[in-house]
Amino acid sequence: MNFNELFKESVEEYDSLISGVIPVILVGSATCGKSAGAQEISAAFKAELEEQNVMAEVIEVGCIGLCYLEPIVTIIKEGMPAIFYGDVTSKQAKQLVNDYIIDNNPMIESALGTFGDKQVEGIPNLFDIPVMKPQIRRILRNCGFIDPDNIKHYIAMDGYKGLNNALDLKPGEVMEKIKLSGLRGRGGAGFPTWMKWQFFVDSKEDENYLICNADEGDPGAFMNRSLLESDPHSVLEGIVIAAYAIGAKEGYIYCRAEYPLALERLKHAISEMKKLGFLGENILGSGFNFDIKIKEGAGAFVCGEETALIASIEGKRGMPRTRPPFPTTSGLWGKPTVINNVETMASVSLIMQAGHDAFVEHGTQDSKGTKTFSLVGNVKNTGLIEVPLGTTLKQVINEIGGGIINDGMFKAVQIGGPSGGCIPESYLDTKIDYDSLTMAGAIMGSGGLVVMDQNSCMVDVAHYFLEFIQNESCGKCVPCRLGTKQMLDILTDITTGKGKAGDIELLLELAGGVKDGSLCGLGQTSPNPILTTIKYFKDEYNAHINEKRCPALLCNELINYQVIDEKCKGCMLCFRSCPVGAISGSKKEVHSINIDKCIKCGTCIELCSGMYNAIERVHKY
Amino acid sequence: MSKSLNEILSTFNGNKSELIPILQDIQSSIGYLPEDAIIEVSKFTQVPESEIYGVATFYTQFRFLPVGKKHIMVCKGTACHVKGAPQIIEGIERHLDIKEGEVTFDLEYSLESVGCLGCCALAPCAMINEEVESNLTLKDVKKIFSRMKNNSNDKES
Repeated sequence: MNFNELFKESVEEYDSLISGVIPVILVGSATCGKSAGAQEISAAFKAELEEQNVMAEVIEVGCIGLCYLEPIVTIIKEGMPAIFYGDVTSKQAKQLVNDYIIDNNPMIESALGTFGDKQVEGIPNLFDIPVMKPQIRRILRNCGFIDPDNIKHYIAMDGYKGLNNALDLKPGEVMEKIKLSGLRGRGGAGFPTWMKWQFFVDSKEDENYLICNADEGDPGAFMNRSLLESDPHSVLEGIVIAAYAIGAKEGYIYCRAEYPLALERLKHAISEMKKLGFLGENILGSGFNFDIKIKEGAGAFVCGEETALIASIEGKRGMPRTRPPFPTTSGLWGKPTVINNVETMASVSLIMQAGHDAFVEHGTQDSKGTKTFSLVGNVKNTGLIEVPLGTTLKQVINEIGGGIINDGMFKAVQIGGPSGGCIPESYLDTKIDYDSLTMAGAIMGSGGLVVMDQNSCMVDVAHYFLEFIQNESCGKCVPCRLGTKQMLDILTDITTGKGKAGDIELLLELAGGVKDGSLCGLGQTSPNPILTTIKYFKDEYNAHINEKRCPALLCNELINYQVIDEKCKGCMLCFRSCPVGAISGSKKEVHSINIDKCIKCGTCIELCSGMYNAIERVHKY
Repeated sequence: MSKSLNEILSTFNGNKSELIPILQDIQSSIGYLPEDAIIEVSKFTQVPESEIYGVATFYTQFRFLPVGKKHIMVCKGTACHVKGAPQIIEGIERHLDIKEGEVTFDLEYSLESVGCLGCCALAPCAMINEEVESNLTLKDVKKIFSRMKNNSNDKES
């Protein structure tokens, strides 16, 4: 069967599923959906359908990105638009079968939005709700809409059309299109993709490799996981196109072992590709041969760095080496190797499907296209988002994120993971593009955006990242191995009330040394969280050092817990739950906390908050 | 044990580049990397034991002691940290009376923290065997353990 026939067949199959008489129930079952109970919801739907003896197709799909509303269910009935429901419970699943699938009441009050040409009165269009409206979904276009384990769904959505288009061109012409699209690497540094490819082509060696980097190690980022779980073929198609453009013979996907579902879906997707001739010998009859192997990471953040990743595939300790030579000249087994990020690969398939003109419609002069971000932390609407590059941080946090939870105060947004920085409110008009973020002291990174409110201590945040980096430092070069340890020790002192005058200056001096002297990107950028927090939140450092106060009341050594007498109703809840018996009191009498016994574990505050709010953190000094 | 080790090794060629996948397979079937297994892998791949130890200690995934029947990995990612993961870890440590990286005496539970599970939107979270628990509170910690205890009691009875 040639590609056009396969496309036609896939479209027919998909259309008959979506527009058929039998209703379709899509259950968001990526890792976030599953952790929120998607499997129980699927089971509840199936049980009720059987109980009522009604036919409907229950399909597990990926994630549409509204993680805060998981489990999310979409119901498609003949003659109706697709209707999305959030926070679905097993009870609601039962109700939806009876009220909507059997009767025709779409339960407007529980619906999130509709998708499709038709409208349902009382339910907004899904892409008009505030969290979706500013988003442009290109990379994530299929996520939550197709069955990631069914290659034909992907093909029906124009999937592999990009590969088919590419194979009709000469490799150099494909490269030219990627150049015209202005695509820059989505892994963090933003190096022009075509240029990396050109270096590889120029090395002119017969044995060579293409690696897709899915070792998404940045804490607070899950864009790649979600994409691989929801639409693995969009990444795999990009890999094959890239291999054709640069003439690569063998491909690898290096994926974290912490992503078991992504790995499972990738394995399945690759086997389907082979069956239909998108991988292996003579791909789509073009004479081009290419194969992809999966390599599981074993848990080392530094393996996101290109040369460390290569060492890891070779079976060694994942330690970076000096560059040059760059991997495009001498990489895996000493042969030319291109390493591209997951989202870069998905962008390649998008560009070849929709054309480079469509890709450059969004973005800024120097940062083209859209970018996915994981928007997490203390915002109301957490999830996976996609916006055109050039969107401001303010738009993302306030419009898409819906502002701070519990009507709190915004303090900072951390962008770019351990190599990035914390950006304060005064810089919220910063545009999210490679160059503007670098100017603000952060980096684009892979796309983690962690929002912090007044309860986050910025010295603690710097301490957190340094602890992470110090743990993950491979130990090869002295500035990183010892420098991060020294910086961490100073930060530990500051957060535990042992900070002294001159600590900030010493931190800055050490940071400069580590930045200039480290071998790889991990070490060179590791001082960024310290540098940006000192730059924008110096008063917090000073309060810790000079007054032994933590303004956010978070650092345990600098605070005490106490009962607010006038609010305490003497309910005994905290008394009974305190793990160390530090609370005394009797029924209907104001309790008190013995600060010598109290370990500040937070149990009592958690229990009392939302009830009487009668326990608070206070400054010790 | 040696049989299953042989079975694992028979699926590989013995190239040095296979070292990490070999160790991963051994760990996923045995639960950890026993000393005897490392000696066998060394013979099979011609990589010195010391080097295998060097590789295995480099990656956080590998361990040299068995884990509990229920292995708890608490996420220490940025979002989880901001939303109180340190308190959750302390809460579990108190509940099980073990520290991070340890196993309970009855080999029922083990606890470790991991870089990021990628469930940041539902922070704080933890993975118990392969199931992810999200939006954790200290109250949930108690509930989860009593649920697991009930489940294992059900199975035994």
